[in-house]
Amino acid sequence: MREHTEALAPPRALWVPFMLGRPFGAPGDAAFQRKVLIAALGLLERDAGPVLEDFPENAALDARPAPAGLVCPVAFPVLPKAGSLVQDLIDEVTQLNAWHDVAVKYRGRSTLGVTGLAIMDIVSHLEAWLSGGPPSWVVPGLSQGETLKHACDELRAFYLEAKAMQPGLHSSDSLQRWFWLETVAGEALLKIREIAANSANASAKAVAVQSIVPRVVEGWLNQRSAQAHAATPGKENPLLQGE
Amino acid sequence: MVRLADLSDADRDNMLKKVPTLPRFDARPFVRGPALEKRRVAIVSTAGLHIRGDKPFGSGNAAMDYRVIPGYIEASELVMSHMSVNFDRSGFQEDWNVVFPLDRLNELAKEGVIGSVAEYHYSFMGAVSPVTNYEPKANELAAHLLNDKVDAVLLTPV
Repeated sequence: MREHTEALAPPRALWVPFMLGRPFGAPGDAAFQRKVLIAALGLLERDAGPVLEDFPENAALDARPAPAGLVCPVAFPVLPKAGSLVQDLIDEVTQLNAWHDVAVKYRGRSTLGVTGLAIMDIVSHLEAWLSGGPPSWVVPGLSQGETLKHACDELRAFYLEAKAMQPGLHSSDSLQRWFWLETVAGEALLKIREIAANSANASAKAVAVQSIVPRVVEGWLNQRSAQAHAATPGKENPLLQGE
Repeated sequence: MVRLADLSDADRDNMLKKVPTLPRFDARPFVRGPALEKRRVAIVSTAGLHIRGDKPFGSGNAAMDYRVIPGYIEASELVMSHMSVNFDRSGFQEDWNVVFPLDRLNELAKEGVIGSVAEYHYSFMGAVSPVTNYEPKANELAAHLLNDKVDAVLLTPV
């Protein structure tokens, strides 16, 4: 945030116009990252400050196609929803596992591994929350809230890494919207937030309030509710009902 | 950093309301050093990065702790456990250099643009307020950087 840097006035700072989470601008674009890095390091040669300089270029458009030529090794039929959120989540994760395998092979890495839990163990932990209360176990060394928080983030990372391999255009925004508005996992995390916020466990309650669902998602959910409301016959304008 | 206009209303309001709470520093040391091609550079990130297997970042007093990232680390070993959910992670998932540009730094060292790359890099989780709570750990880290002969630090917020 330029406004934060202006307030703190560090000796040398480069402001960059990139989205939060991408201080070097463009994943997979070494030449662009190098430009940003050299611009930042170049400030070391200034003789007087504080210096707050603007990086002059935007990052390339975020929406890019998935890598070409990837073949998902297992073709799953789209399963009908079982009706239970837990079972639907398990089915969804099972299907996505094949795409996640592709991601690991293509990228040579995965960012999972914060909790040390396998993906189905993460699902199992979240399943206990969906069943109404704190699970009977936590990751050693972590509180109930920290275990919940990192389990939620790892589930989201699993989905995003898998989705990025599927054919089509993907961007940070489209991946987030897909996860929160279209997947069972997104629905499950929203439900878990509600359950954890009302639990007696202080650490889980704190996490639920601000560390499971991004602020931007609240706006999307409100928009979706408004659209659903407007699409319901007789509910276009609540003020006119009964006339 | 980011443009305010690119944020959602809720994120923009949250960022702006922090501005009056940020500390103002009376002392403004401005240190000059050797030419860039002689500098030894370390990365200090606030992205909540650490080696897989290290304790994830959490809350309370431990939130100010830092993690050590050796210069020989492979991208496949680095994970992120920042408590905030309000920033993009898909970029880091695709390419660690968008957050932790160690490959780029090593290239610059090989080409002679910078002198060398530090033996160790570090990450905090930048979500604690007030930021002055980090001071004891920042001082501790400065000593480690000096012992590593580092004379340039690339501070990379997320």
